Amino acid sequence: MIHQFSLNGCHITVDVYSGAVHVTDEMGMLAIQLCESLPKEEVKKALLAKGLDGEAIGQTLEQIEGLKKEGQLYAPNVFEQNASCFQKRQGEIKALCLHVAHTCNLTCSYCFAAQGRFHGQSALMSFDVAKKAIDFLIQNSGKRRHLEVDFFGGEPLLNMDVVRQTVTYARSKEKEFGKVFRFTITINGMFLDDELTEYFNQEMDNVVLSLDGRKEVHDRFRVDAFGKGSYDMIVPKFQRFVKKRGDRSYYIRGTFTHHNPDFFEDIRHMVDLGFRELSMEPVVTSPGDPSALTKDDMPIVFEAYEKLAKYLIDLNKAGKPVRFYHFNLDLENGPCLYKRIVGCGSGSEYLAVTPWGDLYPCHQFVGDASYKMGNLDEGITRPDLQADFLETNLFSHSECKDCWAKFYCSGGCAANNVRASGSLQGIYKEGCDIFRKRMECALMMQAAMDEEN
Amino acid sequence: MKIKTLKTRDLRDSIKNGGCGECQTSCQSACKTSCGVANQPCENKE
Repeated sequence: MIHQFSLNGCHITVDVYSGAVHVTDEMGMLAIQLCESLPKEEVKKALLAKGLDGEAIGQTLEQIEGLKKEGQLYAPNVFEQNASCFQKRQGEIKALCLHVAHTCNLTCSYCFAAQGRFHGQSALMSFDVAKKAIDFLIQNSGKRRHLEVDFFGGEPLLNMDVVRQTVTYARSKEKEFGKVFRFTITINGMFLDDELTEYFNQEMDNVVLSLDGRKEVHDRFRVDAFGKGSYDMIVPKFQRFVKKRGDRSYYIRGTFTHHNPDFFEDIRHMVDLGFRELSMEPVVTSPGDPSALTKDDMPIVFEAYEKLAKYLIDLNKAGKPVRFYHFNLDLENGPCLYKRIVGCGSGSEYLAVTPWGDLYPCHQFVGDASYKMGNLDEGITRPDLQADFLETNLFSHSECKDCWAKFYCSGGCAANNVRASGSLQGIYKEGCDIFRKRMECALMMQAAMDEEN
Repeated sequence: MKIKTLKTRDLRDSIKNGGCGECQTSCQSACKTSCGVANQPCENKE
């Protein structure tokens, strides 16, 4: 299977089952397309009819033949026959999302976590529960050396004492069990100060800072209990944080909604504010919500991705590189096939822990009792549910079968799939469209930067 | 007409040298709301 597209003057062919990416001119792309289904002589005839030089055609067809022999064009699908071996995973856990605070100092109406309470009671996780979670992770991680813990909420800074105690406790176990912990935290910035920045620089592998972009966009949703926007409070704090962060990892992470499908302008605003590591995500909400993206928004969203890709190329050329998370693509050192087939690992390698110690497949399922998988005292009490997640992979989604981007997306987000289709094996079609557009932009950037080098 | 092939990790080779599981969970890295498996590099130096 091949996928061909043209964007920003680049003509690109993706060979789906080898992962090869070919950059051509327009006629080269046509030749590759014709060679997939027509005999060589007919291809030659068709290209001659386009007024192309016979010698050039001959050389191109030879090159295509060579790529075919090397297995880099029209590669067959040799993976699906091994699908069953990916369905027998053991469920070693390598990552936990610790919901240290089911409460928040902001009241963003678009929040998928229902203002941090996840459709339940406000609560803070005790150190006792957090400690059990670390023990649970170590005990269930098998041979995995790198373990991840994300402090999440709500607003985790409302329970910072427990965050610190948990980090200290986990670090004290690293040597004994031969593990290395990687901590991350997602914050809204209201309580951020120099002392916390210092601590994060020592202990947090990554810090995600929530900012939606332009002031009027950010303050539309991200307000405190009195309805006051948070932009003026957090932006100077984030700028100070980023200066002190040095070359350590962080992401300024925004949400775009029906009110700003032209989110490119928000990204540009973030760059103007001095931020260099950016992520911008479509809102997660029910279709009837006023903030939900509509069908009419999609062309604007796609245009925003294209504008963004061109803008990032220009910034790179000017020596001011900016990274946009969903355009990150390391073709030479990308994920292995195993990772591409099993996806994010929710419900198998990755679990969320509530303040009470209940276990869910991931942070987005928290609050839906039908997806409660167990708790820290008893472990997994719903082996049937765990089995459902273990058996969910790229090949279990029948609708992904003919999609060119499947080895980039791995079947998508389980929570989004369930929300959109009612089934783990279903898909979230609008999410697929957005993902494919992102990948075309990311591949175009790779081609453009390769040309540049 | 010209065809340039970008340097890419071959998916089939990664059957043999992949699957160590030491890479970062994609959803933990930046977005928390939409998966980006391909956006996470492999961390196995081997």
